[in-house]
Amino acid sequence: MGAEGKQRVSTVESPISTNPADPADPADSSRQRASRTLFWFVERWSLFIGCVLLWQLATSAADNPYFPTPLTIARRAGHLWLTGPAGHLWLTDQVFDDILPSLGRLVLGWGIASLVGIAIGLGLGRSPVAGDYFGGLLAFARAVPPPTLVPVFLVLFHIGPEMEIATIIFGTVWPVLLNSIDGARSVEETTMNAVRAFHTPWRRRVFSVILPAAGPKIFAGLRVSLSIAFILMIISELVGSTSGIGYQLVFAQGDSDLPGMWSWIVLVSALGYLCNSLLVAVEHRVLRWHRGATRRSEG
Amino acid sequence: MRPVLRKVTGAAAFLILWEAASRSGLVDAQIVPPPSVVAVGLVRSFGDPTFLPGVISTVLSWLIAVALATAIGVTLGLLLGSLPRLRTASGMIVEFLRPLPGVALIPLVIALIGSDAQTKIVLATFVAVWPILLNTIYALGELDPQLIDVTRAYRVPRRRVALWVKLPATLPFILTGVRLSTSIALISLVSTEFLTGGTIGLGQYIYLEGSSAGRMDLVLAGTVFAGLLGLLANLGLSGLQRTLSPWAPKGSSA
Amino acid sequence: MLAVNGLGHRYGTGKNAHVALEEVSFTVDSGEIVCVVGPSGCGKSTLLRAVSGLLRPTKGASTLWDKEITAVPEELAVVFQDYSRSLLPWLRVAGNVEFPLRNQDLNRVDRKERAAEALAWVGLDGAGEKYPWQLSGGMQQRVAIARALAYRPTLMVMDEPFASVDAQTREDLEDLLRRVRTEHGMTVLLVTHDIDESVYLSDRVVVLSSAPTTVLTTIKVDLPVERNQIATRESERFVHLRGEVARLLRRSSD
Repeated sequence: MGAEGKQRVSTVESPISTNPADPADPADSSRQRASRTLFWFVERWSLFIGCVLLWQLATSAADNPYFPTPLTIARRAGHLWLTGPAGHLWLTDQVFDDILPSLGRLVLGWGIASLVGIAIGLGLGRSPVAGDYFGGLLAFARAVPPPTLVPVFLVLFHIGPEMEIATIIFGTVWPVLLNSIDGARSVEETTMNAVRAFHTPWRRRVFSVILPAAGPKIFAGLRVSLSIAFILMIISELVGSTSGIGYQLVFAQGDSDLPGMWSWIVLVSALGYLCNSLLVAVEHRVLRWHRGATRRSEG
Repeated sequence: MRPVLRKVTGAAAFLILWEAASRSGLVDAQIVPPPSVVAVGLVRSFGDPTFLPGVISTVLSWLIAVALATAIGVTLGLLLGSLPRLRTASGMIVEFLRPLPGVALIPLVIALIGSDAQTKIVLATFVAVWPILLNTIYALGELDPQLIDVTRAYRVPRRRVALWVKLPATLPFILTGVRLSTSIALISLVSTEFLTGGTIGLGQYIYLEGSSAGRMDLVLAGTVFAGLLGLLANLGLSGLQRTLSPWAPKGSSA
Repeated sequence: MLAVNGLGHRYGTGKNAHVALEEVSFTVDSGEIVCVVGPSGCGKSTLLRAVSGLLRPTKGASTLWDKEITAVPEELAVVFQDYSRSLLPWLRVAGNVEFPLRNQDLNRVDRKERAAEALAWVGLDGAGEKYPWQLSGGMQQRVAIARALAYRPTLMVMDEPFASVDAQTREDLEDLLRRVRTEHGMTVLLVTHDIDESVYLSDRVVVLSSAPTTVLTTIKVDLPVERNQIATRESERFVHLRGEVARLLRRSSD
């Protein structure tokens, strides 16, 4: 182990694992497994459920219109989204006209930004000279709070999905790009020398050496940019959209539909949790080698 | 010296290209004015009676929000990081609150505490807490058990272990969290100002110049200024990180 | 001085339990160097952790001066196998050596002097102001040894201390250990998997079996007190002793 292995400063977005415990040992009886699953569930969810119960008690005691009880919110949410025709799986128009399009624009914008960011980032990271020329610009671009450009995008693309997607792309590309540069730079020189010595073609160099080595950094960037994408999705729908979660949120507020407003807030939180969990699951799969390697070096 | 020169060259080339594209009509100068016009706009906006107070309001709120988030995040992080049971139990709550974009809470927070500076500070603090909290927890988890063994083997008292082992081991991670939080807090502040009418702040200035006046030169001037603020904060924190952890081999602070 | 009585340890419970040590008993007299050798995976490190009080064994106990060891005793110092993880990366070399001395009744000047002296012993005079990462692996391990020496323990417990240093340094450190032992009347308990090293260094060799681990035998090393890397290693007695240990180990793992 070299001296450079000691100082691992990384950007961590989600160290709290949401995966169930180890895959069950074949020697275990199914009852043992069941009791372990139960324990796992209780350990993770009891405080959460307790807090929701407390929320219910507190809000029903306070009886403040700004703080409807969770039950009221749930009822309102059910009415908002789950009272559609049977042919649509009982989902309402709002699901198809607001929630799904919002998610679609989010995923599209974030996906484009990620692909562009990774591709350019790996290139710049492997070329020190190019990295220098663009370094200053990139550091500045990342520092720009993306909402400030919403007026420009509004004039450029007018109200609608293009403006929202452009805002999301501009806001989320920088963390991915800068982390990809860092990741590509972190490939060990010895590894690159060995690869060169074997005359590996460039395509395999990128996909089997540089990309995996930069993986942990890239995923850290992806997680940051995903949370920024959610912020930008809401903002652009608040100011420049006629549909979407953010639009409905502000509509509910204007309508003084407070349980409805809360429903949309809870939905955003749940969707954020869902998307982040998905990304973390993908990361665990893709970066399995990395976790193994770190664990080994930790004894 | 060479890399710095290259960075300056790169930035200059970008500005020249932008200027040329905008002057030649390749892009609509009404929407994307050339940098020379934006620069003039930036200088002029300091004479605008709403610009400077707005900037001061934004920067002060920023400082307060990051300080609050650091205090809350580090304290909670040390607590949860040292109590694995509590950390597991609270994991779900953190996971549900963390992805909640502060902007979705704007209507609610305004209804509760009004639309003055406290609203944007509360929201920025809310979004800035998470990176610091999670990095602190993570850092404690990464603490090498062998280092703890060493302190036990030499009977180092608990207080000195906290001060000389746990604090330096977690500091780089905490500072990374603070750096992330600082940029997210600025995004949140500007967005809140942007979306909340009748307030002052950089975001509100940009909103007014953009949506009501259609002055894209001033919008871009505000954007450039916000970017410079963010860049300065980022550079300052990187410098602080290097000063506070001089033991790290050079070039590893990403 | 040190007595290990029927020490056993298992990790986990029930069917999945892993028995690291079955039953191990031996003694170490004051002023002795005792080496423990055993095939890899026989629980040598577990044994050392239990003897030094870092780990509570599930069976049996060890006593130091007839007092049962429940925590790390004050007159004991431990050198860990993994040098890279046993030094505090944020302290300079001198700071690392001084670190455990801070809980002793020493003033600043004495502390610095002791650290400098210990660093000189291991051939690192002048490296005090460097950070550990600036040193090679072998040098880092020498810092860890200097830290233990500066502590002036009555009993020094070492876990494969020379496993990761180059051959030349290794010989120097072996001779240093024997010299320091004589000069300061230290007692040393050292775990190694290297048969030659165990015979060259020690007054007695404790040979462990492979798992389930017990003591196969204890061999008295009747070589002269003054030893020499070349002459001693080619002496008939040395060759005979190392052969004996090797045969025991080979038979136990068959």
